[in-house]
Amino acid sequence: MIPYIPNTEKDQKEMLKEIGARSIEDLFDSIPRNLRLKTDLNLPSSLSEMELVNELKGLSRKNAHLDEYVSFLGAGSYDHFIPSLVDHLSSRSEFYTSYTPYQAEASQGMLQTTYEYQSLICKLFQMDVCNASLYEGATALVEAAVLAHNVNHRKKVLVAKTLHPEYRQVLTTYINKTLGLSIVEIDYENGVTDLAKLEEKINKETACVVIQNPNFFGCLEKVNEIEEITHQTDSLYIVSLDPISLGLVIPPGEYNADIAVGEGQALGGKLNFGGPYLGIFTSKKDFLRKIPGRIVGETTDKKGRRGFVLTLQTREQHIRRERATSNICTNQALNALRATIYLSTLGEEGLAKVAHLCLQKSHYAAKRIYQIPGFELTFRSPFFKEFAVKCPVSSHKINKLLWDNKILGGFELGRFYPELENSLLFSITEKRTREEIDKLTLFLEDMV
Amino acid sequence: MIEKTENRVYPKNLKYSETHEWVGVDKDTATVGITDFATKQLTDLVYVELPSMGAKVTKGSSFGVVESVKAVSDLHSPVSGTVVKVNEKLSREPEIITQDPYGKGWMIKIKIGDETELDTLMGSEEYEELVRKEKK
Amino acid sequence: MREPLIFEKSRKGRRGCSLPACDVDKENLEKLIPKKYLRQGSLGLPEVSEPDVVRHFVRLSQQNMGVDTNFYSLGSCTMKYNPKVNEDIANLPGFTRIHPYQPQASVQGTLQLLYEMEKLLCEISGMDRISLQPAAGAHGELTSLMMIKAYYEDIKEHRDTVLVPDSAHGTNPASSHLCGFRTVVVKSNKDGGIDLEDLKGKMSERVAVLMLTIPNTLGLFERNILEVSRIIHDRGGFLYLDGANLNALLGIVKPSDLGIDIMHFNLHKTFSTPHGGGGPGSGPLGVKGKLAAYLPAPTVEKDKKGYYLDYDRARSIGKVRSFYGNIEVIIKAYCYLRFLGREGLKKVSQNAVLNANYLMSKLKRYFYLPYDQPCMHEFVLSGVEGKMKDVRTLDIAKRLLDFGFHPPTIYFPLIVKEALMIEPTETESKETLDAFVSSMIQIRKEIDDDPSLVKQAPHNLSIGRLDEVKAAKELKLRWKEKKSGD
Repeated sequence: MIPYIPNTEKDQKEMLKEIGARSIEDLFDSIPRNLRLKTDLNLPSSLSEMELVNELKGLSRKNAHLDEYVSFLGAGSYDHFIPSLVDHLSSRSEFYTSYTPYQAEASQGMLQTTYEYQSLICKLFQMDVCNASLYEGATALVEAAVLAHNVNHRKKVLVAKTLHPEYRQVLTTYINKTLGLSIVEIDYENGVTDLAKLEEKINKETACVVIQNPNFFGCLEKVNEIEEITHQTDSLYIVSLDPISLGLVIPPGEYNADIAVGEGQALGGKLNFGGPYLGIFTSKKDFLRKIPGRIVGETTDKKGRRGFVLTLQTREQHIRRERATSNICTNQALNALRATIYLSTLGEEGLAKVAHLCLQKSHYAAKRIYQIPGFELTFRSPFFKEFAVKCPVSSHKINKLLWDNKILGGFELGRFYPELENSLLFSITEKRTREEIDKLTLFLEDMV
Repeated sequence: MIEKTENRVYPKNLKYSETHEWVGVDKDTATVGITDFATKQLTDLVYVELPSMGAKVTKGSSFGVVESVKAVSDLHSPVSGTVVKVNEKLSREPEIITQDPYGKGWMIKIKIGDETELDTLMGSEEYEELVRKEKK
Repeated sequence: MREPLIFEKSRKGRRGCSLPACDVDKENLEKLIPKKYLRQGSLGLPEVSEPDVVRHFVRLSQQNMGVDTNFYSLGSCTMKYNPKVNEDIANLPGFTRIHPYQPQASVQGTLQLLYEMEKLLCEISGMDRISLQPAAGAHGELTSLMMIKAYYEDIKEHRDTVLVPDSAHGTNPASSHLCGFRTVVVKSNKDGGIDLEDLKGKMSERVAVLMLTIPNTLGLFERNILEVSRIIHDRGGFLYLDGANLNALLGIVKPSDLGIDIMHFNLHKTFSTPHGGGGPGSGPLGVKGKLAAYLPAPTVEKDKKGYYLDYDRARSIGKVRSFYGNIEVIIKAYCYLRFLGREGLKKVSQNAVLNANYLMSKLKRYFYLPYDQPCMHEFVLSGVEGKMKDVRTLDIAKRLLDFGFHPPTIYFPLIVKEALMIEPTETESKETLDAFVSSMIQIRKEIDDDPSLVKQAPHNLSIGRLDEVKAAKELKLRWKEKKSGD
């Protein structure tokens, strides 16, 4: 007997009798006999729960994890503090074993939390509308660019080179190779988008301008100037961002972004080797009927009691089919739930404090590092929690030494930016202590 | 009793398309809306999307959409021409379409490009017959 | 009692979380960042205590039906039991606390798991290679179509059409459109299968792929699959399998034997990972032969030194998301497969099909079954036929909630009027199925005796039937403070 399958032999016999079949095999008669497998699949034998746990624990031990190593690595995936409530409450199995809330009356828990998620994100971003979430940050950005094209039918997408390189690659796959739009990259100057280059490349064919703020190098973009340039040609202004930064950085609604997206993993999400994460998608209300994914709305029942339902469903694939705004069917409800619990727990003061701790500690670290002879900051633009450091020796060697000393070093920028060979991108979250930062600088001093 | 309702439901002075739009012609201008039958099929309308003034429409192609909670339907232009007037009120109160499909629920006025296209549309009796078939 | 919104519980000065004091020398904020880059207003987040947060979300969870609390008969969704040991394993720090950019030598455990997961899915499906990256079934579909498009561009064939049956999931035409293909719908025949004549008429050198769900959304196996496959392949097209309904076929049939060239899996359906209230899922895609070169980068490979991520793939369509996939979900599915193993997997499909046929056999005496033949893992009833006194499928669904059952999928597939699509899965017991049948019979009686009882349902939940028209008209999509005078 398999613990997940309750049918006993006696049950099976009774059920077959009711059906009027002689054997379970008979139930598969609609499959031509020559197509049915004659032998068992060549899979490993089944395991007991104990054996399974032992084997998988063994596998997990082949990974070196960040309870053992001190991490200074970010680059789109962040090791922020997660309050205990997030795991506890999101582990309520009424939540995680439920399906998409198509039956609203039986799903008020998930619907209300998603409505709260939309409300919290709108507040934080200062944007008009937020959907129930998308897969992750890069594909959320793709959806934003597709929306821009659907709105103005223009065929050129301008992308800041300071946007996460993997996000640029993902954009290329969908926007350029599949939809046939052209992508033009805008160079950077001192770690932020070069406004002159942007002005040179933008024209009436530009569907949208895509930037990241704080950008991949951690630097703060000149968001207001970019807004002016972008809207001069009536192009849409799309921003990808780290929601933690909004604890102190100007939110996209305040600099007139048309669509703001982001990777929400930092909001109570686990690192998980890159997924599942949380694609945040917000926009101005003008685009409400064109935005992708699910949306929860408020309504009442017959007695006037407030409740929540999925709404604006006619945009979606199960109704509009080939003319849907997107092919997306699922959202990342459980990750959005984690973000909702996280933001509720931290609250007004907590998130601001996290952001300020990141800011102060990263600036302390930057100061300590550039005081080491031979090391300098790659850029001198204002930054939030990440900064690039130009190293006097191979950045790869530095990371190796750090790793040997139980430190996960910065991101080696040369991987995506050949011109930044030997620059390391360090990420300092509120979790890093002064002691850990001092230890990092000591090892760096050893390198020169 | 039933006879009377049927008459009110498909006015004789209008022409009808197979996709359930009606057309009222006044000189070179066609007023377009959807029929009572169409509104009943769609049940509760929640949204309507209409073209802007000056838009060119061609016979048979989509000039907008109407949406209920769980369905979305194209609006097909019964004639070709240029949109000269749009019933802006509908975007705020789409229920007008259901309440008064042939009156306040009109959608757009088109300056007719090709009058001969009108001949291909149905009269009210022919349209009633079509509806009777679809109901089955 | 309805639970207030978290914003409505907010009281100035309350805290839900404590954070350490700043242990480095603090600089003046505006010295670090120019004022114009700083946020001026408040964040707008609530201020609630830790117990407030706990009660809030626990109470909300109690207003939600999950597989752990109720039988979920949702067709096409495969709402099977989600084993708890898989949750524990996926939550080991060795799996959760690893960064996607840490050295590959330091994540050999996860890379090995991904590598082996690919091998398991290859064996189950008969595909040659798998990409575990797509975040959901629809993402797998889209990625597959992008690969097919790239393939035809490479061999310079102009194919701009995707065929989908009229019973297909809505994601099929939506993915096809997003990829720039034209969608042409193929009719079903009276037995619910593909109409071969219609297919022949629509197949041409313009067709890139036929997207099929097997068993189809009526729960029926495509009997003419080999003929379908021949029609498509003879004229150079690909056959795609939407793997949503794979729970009927594990260890019974290999998709490759049906002529499938490319397919996606839904780990959150077939392989027991929780649906999470709508995600995260995972939609790996599998391919045969020549399409493998187009898989998204990176793939997971193995050499003498160990496992590694391979980005160096000349024909790859590129990256389709950041990083490598919904790893946590994949770990749970891997656990499920290893737990069941060779012996268990086939029993899954056998019992899923047995349970479905049992339910169908009992229910068809009371409700109309438009395609009356033995089903696979699910079947579709129609709520219109007979004397239903204006009671619609929606009403039946809402009334089922009163009996503690999550209703079937309704109004899908589109080719059945007032459809009720029922999938019990293998993890429900005969007693549960019998109780469900009793409730359905009871509702059938109520339709005759007291239809308003059904039409007004639900009666026993924390909330009555919700007004979707109002929601769509008023469009309140976020909470706003009440301004004075409102």
